[in-house]
This record gives sequence, structure tokens and C-alpha cells, in this order.
Amino acid sequence: MNLINLLKIAFKALSNNKLRCFLTMLGIIIGVASVITMLAIGQGSKNSIRDQISEMGSNMIMIFPGNMQRGGVRQSSDNMETLKVEDYKALSTVPGVAAVSPSVQSSGQLVNGNNNYPSSVYGINSDYLDIRKLKVKDGSMFTDHDVKAAAKVCILGKTVVDNLFPDGTDPVGRVIRFGKIPMTVIGVLESKGTNSMGMDQDDIVLAPYTTVMKRILAIDHIQGIFASAVNEDDTEATISRITEVLRSNHKITEGSENDFQIRSQQELSEMMNSTSDMMTILLACIAGISLLVGGIGIMNIMYVSVTERTREIGLRMAIGARGIDILSQFLIEAVIISVTGGIVGIILGCLATWLVTAIAQWPVDIRMYSVGVSFLVCTITGIFFGWYPARKASNLDPIEAIRYE
Amino acid sequence: MNEIIEEIIIEEGSEIIRVENLRRHFKVGDETVKALRGVSFTIRKGEFVTIMGTSGSGKSTLLNILGCLDTPTSGEYILDGLSVQSMSRNRRAVTRNRKIGFVFQNYNLLPKTTALENVELPLLYNPEVTAKERRERAVKALEAVGLQERIYHKSNQMSGGQQQRVAIARALVNDPVIILADEATGNLDTRTSFSILTLFQELHDRGSTIIFVTHNPELADYSSRNIVLRDGKIITDTINPSPLSAKEAFEALPKDTD
Repeated sequence: MNLINLLKIAFKALSNNKLRCFLTMLGIIIGVASVITMLAIGQGSKNSIRDQISEMGSNMIMIFPGNMQRGGVRQSSDNMETLKVEDYKALSTVPGVAAVSPSVQSSGQLVNGNNNYPSSVYGINSDYLDIRKLKVKDGSMFTDHDVKAAAKVCILGKTVVDNLFPDGTDPVGRVIRFGKIPMTVIGVLESKGTNSMGMDQDDIVLAPYTTVMKRILAIDHIQGIFASAVNEDDTEATISRITEVLRSNHKITEGSENDFQIRSQQELSEMMNSTSDMMTILLACIAGISLLVGGIGIMNIMYVSVTERTREIGLRMAIGARGIDILSQFLIEAVIISVTGGIVGIILGCLATWLVTAIAQWPVDIRMYSVGVSFLVCTITGIFFGWYPARKASNLDPIEAIRYE
Repeated sequence: MNEIIEEIIIEEGSEIIRVENLRRHFKVGDETVKALRGVSFTIRKGEFVTIMGTSGSGKSTLLNILGCLDTPTSGEYILDGLSVQSMSRNRRAVTRNRKIGFVFQNYNLLPKTTALENVELPLLYNPEVTAKERRERAVKALEAVGLQERIYHKSNQMSGGQQQRVAIARALVNDPVIILADEATGNLDTRTSFSILTLFQELHDRGSTIIFVTHNPELADYSSRNIVLRDGKIITDTINPSPLSAKEAFEALPKDTD
């Protein structure tokens, strides 16, 4: 008995019962389509969370001065002056650190002619753009020379530009005032929109940290350090190395508290990922259950089919079908139902996913693996649930089967 | 007399079936039902044997054993030189496929399937037969039963007689050493019965060996040998040197007078 003959027999048997065959398939179709759609929605929301986090810089490490007691009084970390320019310089040589920038910040009123706008000026160096994933759209970033010279230059975010130059003039080359200090605009940042917390990421003014420290704030400590790890997975190790360097620089003895704190996006990203993972698992469970129900549907129909076709089975055996031939025939019928249902389900699932994006505008992502897995699962379902009825058929006694009424 | 019989047998050719002291017991609850109690006979190539008996005589059990559907409790069964009682289930299936053609009382055709596909069925279970050969042989078998005009008719679009002809074509298609007919005319009216019987006689004339199991004593007159069973034993085994012609009987029947 070769495979072609078997397929022929199975197809013939199925085509004699088209409606029933289709209804059985429907269970698998709905199961597979829902698995694909659910996983696509789950994966899509996971992707959008990941994108939002990496927009902020997923490998970003932030170092702030820590709480500390001074003479028994706990101080707010804002007042702490524990981070120095030397710390930032020391960190640039720590292995695993891709970029590092000091940070000082001053809020105040920006003025350009008749227009004014309250914003914050961030004193940083040119690495900051890499760390925060910012880009200069027009003009250029300030140079190391500008940093050394504490040049009175700045780069504006889009929101600031819109407020200071509402008539649409090109801000590059114009001089604006921050408080009393005139600053030349040398660049405009590419717009990033709001972040996942709803903060406007374009409401920002960048200037050399030396300018902000010396000319605006007149301080000799820095308020924070931004660094980025070479890659996301390395963040944890890099943080511990940074901690070590800072502790030794600050001469902190063993067992004493750090006088700084380090934060990364890692925890945030893990938390959000686990939330969306849970959602994906939940959706996949629901979809999996419907696939199981579809499988039971196959078993049910195959079972009825075996009883109904007892005489046919008896005849096939009488004219020379072996047990294995009967088993294969029924198994192949089950697999044809489930695989055809699977293919239709995959097409329908893709269609449904497309509709979800088109109508509800949800982010979706169909992964090849989800298609592969659901196809595999429905094939296995066919074999698994087809097996028992097929076995029953192949074990029939031909003498009794052929006289079955 | 004995010499004459022997001569006829030798003329008719080689041994197809030999059963010796065949016994078949069934356990029903605590009781043992002895369906066959030592049956022995030999059937040679070209014989047309009717096996008769009332219900309970053991003829169905004998047919099942001869058809390799069942194995005897004891005794020997040699089919075309092969010992059947030592065969595995699968081996018996293959033997049925290659050596036996079954014709059943209720035709047992696949529903919603064409005559051609029904006749091709036994060859589908024989991997040595190619698709082309299968078709050719099925068409030839259908021609042999006079259904060449109806090869694409579906089984449920045919009359009982036509369905039985398809079933006979199906039994012929694998070129069996023996055709086993189980009450093959039992479901048919008299006219159609005789036309089917005519077909069997034609096949017999062309060299087929046929065993026809029936409870209808009339049919014995149309076969070349008649075995009668009662209570699991052979009570008579007679050669019929001049069988009646079913064709003549058919023609003698009144035409549809209704």
C-alpha cells in the first residue's frame, strides 16, 4: 500500500462528506486563527513597549548623588554635592561603558525678542546625544572645544523652537537669552514626541556642561552622570564596575553606604516585559484551549465516522486491506482535516491580525514561529486525536464488520 | 463409477483448496459451540461448487475460514499451496487481496463512488499494480460482467443486479484463484438472480473456480458439485455431471408482465 493510494482513498472518503468535513475543520480553523491573532497582538504590544523603552535608551545608566547624613541630619539628594567632574572623567575609562556625560540642569526663562518660554537647560557633553538617542536635525552639535571654553552656545528641542520662533524662522545662528546670558543657537534636535510616561521629550535645551556650571549655576559639582553600557545585557555588570570605581574615588570604606545612587532602565523594562509576557501567555492559553476543543471535535467526528463506516471497513479488510492500511487511512483523513484546517486558520489568522491593525490600530507582529508552532500543533492534534478512532477501526473483526447493520 | 469421477477430477486440474478435518469452536460464555466438526474436502481448479445448509449448519463459518477471514481451531487448510492456519493477520489480508474474490449478499459497494473506483479498490491495496494497470484491469473486469457502458455510474444510481455485477467485477479484478460468493443472489428477484447466475456460469466456463454458499437448494442444479452441511459436518458431497444452464432458465422465465 503506497502513500499515493492512501491519500487517494482518504480524499475520496472525505469528499463524500464535505459538509461534515468542513464543520470539523472549523474547530481547527478557529483554533489556529485565534492562536496566531492572539500571539500577534501579544508580540505587538511587547514590541511597542520595548521600542518605547529603547527610545529612552534601554542601556542607559543614570547616576545621581545619594542621600546622606550630615551630622545626623538626612539631606535631600538635591543638595548633595558628592559627584564631581573627576568622577565623570574616571567613568569614561571603565570597561563596558560606551558613552558617558555629566549632567547639570538649570530651569529658567528663555527669551527671543518678544517671545519667551520657561524651560530647562541641560549642561552635558556631546556623548549625551548617543546616550539619550537624540539627533541634531539642523545645525551641528557643540564641539569639545566649546566644552573647554564654556562657550555660550545651545541646541534647542522642537517644543522650545516652536515657542521661541513661532513665525517659523530658522533658529540656527540666532542669539537667545537664558535669564541674562545670551546664547547662540547652533542646532535643533530631531523631534522625539512624548515618552511612555507622557513627558514631552522635545522640551529641552542642551548646552556644554561647563557653560551651565560656570556661567549659569556657578557650581563646581555636577548633579548627575548619564552613561550607556555597550549593550543592554551588559548593563548589570557595568553598573557594578561603575559602583566600584565611584566608591574608591569617594574613599567610601567597606560597609558604608554609597553616597550616590545608580539607576538603569533595566528594571522598568523587565517589569513591563513580564506584564506583556503574562498577557501573551494568557491569550495563548485561551487560543490553545480552542485548538484543543477543535482537536476533540476531530476525534468525535472520526469516532462517529468509524462506527458509521464499519461495513466499509469490513469490506476493505475482506478485499485485502491490512490493519495498518485501515489505520493509515483514518489517520490520514484526520491529518488532512487538521492540516487543511491549519492552513485555512493561518490565512484567516493573518487576515484577522491585519484587521486588528486596520480597525483598532493595535500594534501587531506575526512571528514565523507562531505560524510554525500552530501548524505543527494542529498536525499533531490531528494525529493524536485521530489515532484512537483509527486504531479502533483497524482492530475491527472483518467478519463482524462486514455484517454490521 | 469411481474411476469416472477420478478421471473428471484429473481433467479439471490442480488442487486449489484442501481442507482436512477442519474444526472451529466458539466460546459463548461457558459453553463451547462447535460450528465445524471435522470437515474435509478438496476443490480443484475449474470447479463450480455450491455449499448448502440451513442456518446454523456452519456454512458461514466455513466460508469465513475459506475466505481467510477466520482461522480454524484445528485441522488444516491449504489454499493454492499455502497453509493458511499458520498465517498472521496481515499475511491473511495479503492472501485475500491476491488470491480471493468475494461477492456478498448485499453487494457492499462504497457509496457515492463510481463503478470503476469500486472495482479498482482491491488493486489499490496491491502496491505492485500501477495506476495505469489498475484502470485497465478494472475496465476489463467491468466488460467481463457486461457493464462497460456504466463504468462512471455511481453505486447508488444502479439497480441491485447492476450493483451485484459491479461487486462480481470487483471480485474478478485481482485475478483470484477462487471466487467466494456468499448468498450472492439472496437479495435479488428471480429474473435478476438467474442473470447473475448466468454470469457465474459464464465465468466458470472461462475457467474461474467458484464457491457459491447458499441456502437455496434450487441452485445446486446449476453447479458442477454440491456440498451439503448439517450441524458442522458434510452430509453429502455430490458431483453434478450435467449442470442446468442458467441462461436457458432465464430465457424461459416470463418477461416483465406487470
